[in-house]
Amino acid sequence: MISQYLSLSIILFCLGILGVVSRRNVFIVFMAIELMLNAANLGFVALARLHLNMDGHVLAMMVMAVAAAEAALALAVIILLHKHKGNLDTNIFSLLKG
Amino acid sequence: MGHDVTYLGFIPLLPLLGALVVGLIYLATCQGKQISERLYGILGCIGPVLSLFMALKVFFALRALPAEQRFLTHKAYTWFSVGDLDVSMGFLADPLSSLMLLFVTFVGSLIHIYSIGYMAGDKNFGKFFAYMNLFLGSMLILVLGDGPVVMFVGWEGVGLCSYLLISYYNEDRENVVAGNKAFIVNRIGDLGFVLGMGFLFWGIGADGFDYLTLKANAHHLTAPIGLTVCLLLFVGATGKSAQIPLYVWLPDAMAGPTPVSALIHAATMVTAGVYMVARFSFIYAHVPVAGEVVAWIGILTALLAATFGMFQSDIKKILAYSTVSQLGYMFVGVGVSAYSAGIFHVFTHAFFKALLFLGAGSVILALHHQQDIWKMGGLKTKLPITYWTMLIGGLALAGCPPFSGFFSKDEILYSALATGHVGIWAIGVLVAGMTAYYTFRMIFVVFHGSPRDQKSFEHAQESPKVMTIPLIILAAGAIFAGPLNMPAIFGGNQLISHWLAPSLVEHHPHGGLALELLAIGASVLAFVIGISIAYRKYAVTADEPVFKGLYNFAYNKFYVDEFYDTVIVRPYRFVGRAISKIFEPYVVDAPVQASAWLYRMLGLAFKVVQVGYVRIYAIYMVIGLSVMSLLISQSLNL
Repeated sequence: MISQYLSLSIILFCLGILGVVSRRNVFIVFMAIELMLNAANLGFVALARLHLNMDGHVLAMMVMAVAAAEAALALAVIILLHKHKGNLDTNIFSLLKG
Repeated sequence: MGHDVTYLGFIPLLPLLGALVVGLIYLATCQGKQISERLYGILGCIGPVLSLFMALKVFFALRALPAEQRFLTHKAYTWFSVGDLDVSMGFLADPLSSLMLLFVTFVGSLIHIYSIGYMAGDKNFGKFFAYMNLFLGSMLILVLGDGPVVMFVGWEGVGLCSYLLISYYNEDRENVVAGNKAFIVNRIGDLGFVLGMGFLFWGIGADGFDYLTLKANAHHLTAPIGLTVCLLLFVGATGKSAQIPLYVWLPDAMAGPTPVSALIHAATMVTAGVYMVARFSFIYAHVPVAGEVVAWIGILTALLAATFGMFQSDIKKILAYSTVSQLGYMFVGVGVSAYSAGIFHVFTHAFFKALLFLGAGSVILALHHQQDIWKMGGLKTKLPITYWTMLIGGLALAGCPPFSGFFSKDEILYSALATGHVGIWAIGVLVAGMTAYYTFRMIFVVFHGSPRDQKSFEHAQESPKVMTIPLIILAAGAIFAGPLNMPAIFGGNQLISHWLAPSLVEHHPHGGLALELLAIGASVLAFVIGISIAYRKYAVTADEPVFKGLYNFAYNKFYVDEFYDTVIVRPYRFVGRAISKIFEPYVVDAPVQASAWLYRMLGLAFKVVQVGYVRIYAIYMVIGLSVMSLLISQSLNL
């Protein structure tokens, strides 16, 4: 049973990576990151259930708290980015190009 | 060590503070509206005058102590401490440094006051006083330093100020070159000083590197190291005090303003070498060979410079060569272990040579910066105060009894004779005659006879009081400084020698009455002959001579400058060029350039991965993390 949970977690995580790597809209990228966090949460909770202790649950709660904080911050940053460039295409932000 | 007094530290500090204040005011105002010269003058003179009072206080404090305990110390702070070497910014006033202190602050104050008149109207008035104060502060550190290292701080400080003030009129390229020459020649000497200090530390420095400890340990010094130390320190002295072979900078140093020549290049800084040798008398006294070298270099310098002095036509150059020559006498004094005689000559020389330079400055100012004596003449009536004071200075320099120069010079010559240095004594008497000749050649040509340049003669005016009063005070010094050390033969009691005795390690020679009379007789005879030749040739009328043959050779100073230029400067410059053209680009720069090229190429290669898109960086991160977790899971054998 546990392997199914973990498989789902890995699939979700890979989808997240794919989203970050392939999409150009900042919102989509942001959502993909959230997806990865939740994939990790799923893994934590499943393993906590397997071992019958609360550590995984605690960690999952912490990740959710962090994700909420991050969402607040990231949305503010996105608004600033939009003000700055008038666009949310990640390809525009390429100052690091060598 | 008992007598710690804080006011000792204030003596050098006050002129240094003055330099800071005047310098900052000058910097703040030199671009816009300038503050008045009167204010600069007052600010510039406060430091030296207060130092003079402090010096008097030190003198009386020392006098109140019993002779063998006459020293005051003050340790301001620990400067650095490395291994055995523990150097503090400490000051030491003993009879020797207190005597130096007195005349340095006294002559220094007078020359500062004189400068208010001499430099009037100069557009960098404030800068001048800042440098002069800085110089005086450095000189006082040199004199008061309680060890060789602190002395060296002052030594370098006065060198710096000498350089700054020689090139003071820096619009003229020649003056800047003269300043550079002085600085570079002094560097050669300073290298000797530093090496000498190093050897001294190696020899006996471990227990403490201040004079009192060194003096107590001097007998531990082995003969070869002692000789090395003495000779290396003397190399330093030849640089600062303009002796053979490093004397060439001093005549060129006359490019600076005349008060500078009087203060730095006649009365104080150039005597630092003599002071240093006397300071280290506890080492020199044990190494007779070094003393011989010092005395012979001294007398040869005296002879050479006197020869040059007889043929110069620039009034300041004549005085410059006479300074070199008199410095030679001082080294004879300290070389034949008559340290007090050498220091006594330093003392009297400070008065009469500062007087002569300031008098020359008064003449130069009256004639609107004319320095060629063959354009002067008959100025006796126009500049009476300058004439009479310079005459007194000239008599003192020429060694006419009972002026101060006679006593000090005679004591040196007598000491040379009494210690068996007959050759040195004979040359010394000859030089005394030459001194009388060139001094009075200058005075007769400048002040007697008929004016050679009618126009400038008519415009000549006596200098203002602020300049003539220092002249009169110095003239009094030139007369009365001598009898302070009157030898027993004239019923005197050698006050200065007795005063200096606790600081110095010397044995007074006892040559007997006949020898003393011989020395005095020969000196007076040389003076009379010298002055009568000068009188016959120049007193009434004389025209600018045309030098031929050997005279021309002497007029051109034996081409020593040209010789140094050919033998040292040009080869050095050639080597320097070769290095900058070949060694530098192909040996030093090539590897540096090559490594720079390598990194540029590497950068170009790695540049490809820096695409600037966030998502590509995310891919790198994912790849990196994957590889890392793979490696970790493998190493854990999962």
